[in-house]
Amino acid sequence: MSNLDVEKIRQDFPILDRVIDGKRLVYLDNAATSQKPVQVIKSISNYYEQYNSNVHRGIHTMSEEATTAYEGVRETVANFIGAKETCEVIFTRNTTEAINLVAYSWGRQNVLPGDEIVLSPMEHHSNLVPWQQLAQEREAKLVFLELTEDGQINMESAKQLIGSKTRLVTVTQMSNVLGTITPVKELARLAHQHNAIILVDGAQGVPHLKTSVAELECDFYVFSLHKMLGPTGVGILWGKKEILNAMPPFMFGGDMISSVHRDKSRWNELPWKFEAGTPNIADVIASGVAIEYLQNLGMDNVREHEVEITEYALKRLGEIKGITIYGPKDANLRGGVVAFNVEGIHPHDLGQILSDSAVAIRAGHHCCQPLMKDLKVMGTARASFYIYNTLEEVDLLMAALKEADKVMGHVACR
Amino acid sequence: MSLADDLYRETILDHYHNPRNNGSIDNASATVEGVNPLCGDELTLYLNVSPTGLIEDVKLMAHGCSINTASGSMMSEAILGQSVERAEEIIESFKNMMLTKSDEVAFEDELEELEALRGVKKYPVRIKCALLPWNTLLEGIQTAKSTKKE
Ligand SMILES: Cc1ncc(COP(=O)(O)O)c(C=O)c1O
Repeated sequence: MSNLDVEKIRQDFPILDRVIDGKRLVYLDNAATSQKPVQVIKSISNYYEQYNSNVHRGIHTMSEEATTAYEGVRETVANFIGAKETCEVIFTRNTTEAINLVAYSWGRQNVLPGDEIVLSPMEHHSNLVPWQQLAQEREAKLVFLELTEDGQINMESAKQLIGSKTRLVTVTQMSNVLGTITPVKELARLAHQHNAIILVDGAQGVPHLKTSVAELECDFYVFSLHKMLGPTGVGILWGKKEILNAMPPFMFGGDMISSVHRDKSRWNELPWKFEAGTPNIADVIASGVAIEYLQNLGMDNVREHEVEITEYALKRLGEIKGITIYGPKDANLRGGVVAFNVEGIHPHDLGQILSDSAVAIRAGHHCCQPLMKDLKVMGTARASFYIYNTLEEVDLLMAALKEADKVMGHVACR
Repeated sequence: MSLADDLYRETILDHYHNPRNNGSIDNASATVEGVNPLCGDELTLYLNVSPTGLIEDVKLMAHGCSINTASGSMMSEAILGQSVERAEEIIESFKNMMLTKSDEVAFEDELEELEALRGVKKYPVRIKCALLPWNTLLEGIQTAKSTKKE
């Protein structure tokens, strides 16, 4: 048993009491977005009820309170991800926007014809499409790392593929399909040997794994708060100060300037240079509460709980005839994401029938269409776990899967 | 009774497990691909239209869910041997049935089997699955018409 008091945690999540068609919700779609504890929800209403005002521009009490709370979250984030300086933390809308910021600002300044951008074949569309666009525009080339049979990065071939033409390596810390945890530090060292930099998509990383950008030795780190108990609408771009300082702004307007004349302007310093316009104040403040919630639990405990539940899920799912489970077999090498297919049942049908048992999973391509092609499937079903999931919920998933097989005419066991 | 019973009725499962007119046609008068962007499901439709405008042959290669596959299978039966104009009418009335809120739109007797798909309307995300073969067919008919003119 892990050190998380799951029953106590569940009491903080009002949505987990939801009943759908007479059955209590079993929420197993955490890789898409996590649920929010009451502390986070309250923080939002408290802001609007008590001190709603704009940041960085008022001298009245409430504006100071809002600015202090908003800027305080920058510090919370910096601490949580092991960043050296608070000014390296930039608020965006989500992971996707953070990656676009780097692709537009750093990418258009640094990537030249013939350069290579190295990425894994399991990247989320948001860490693929912006680089495709950049590569087309700059006549640069995308180079894909290779995966081993069980979905891990083939490091032997990575040593060949990352080379003198490489400008950027960009990889997910944990795959949202295969669950694979990637060897970020080794890839960072390879990139740096060749004077390239590395961006890490932490959307599935930092919510589940104790993460330090200093230990990962990466140059950019991006993630979304909505996948880690926070509200939607807040993402983080962390970057090394020297690199961020050398980059041009991404968007222009208020807040990102230090002085404006009729014909020219000067840019504000970090991090505000990259935060144009009124930010998502309420949700940033609530994001700080979400991070504190995770800190109180302890990320080692979070990980331990997820390994336990993933191990159990892999074992139980393995009992189903005709099931294919994707990614590493060892729960210690992967996160709490289990993608699978049951022979003869399309994932869409599976997702639908499970939903009738109030079991929420995801079915489809998970924004990883190239990976689906590699796996030779149109899509998969995917169950993904978080701090409030229990082993009993895995059993409910199993029962629902058996029901699905029955509805579909016992195709799996035929 | 679970909600699913409504959706996964015998007719649908029968067509899913044994899709009619499954396969491909060499040198078809029209070959079109349809994609459901929601789930990435793909479908290839082959159509042979005679000089007099009859649908002489139709084949489907589907890798979709049960709704998508069954809908395509039933569609192929409904339009095979029909004139292009009649096929367009059938498409129109099927789409009408799926896309209008009320259940008043009824099928003519000869299209009665398509009734089995009416249950899909309760699951708005799945309507796209049911419509994919029909929209692909519409495109196929356009292609066949325009190549005939050339
Ligand atoms: C690995 C990975 N990267 C990026 C994203 C995109 O996150 P967002 O939609 O919050 O920008 C996701 C979310 O699905 C993800 O799982």
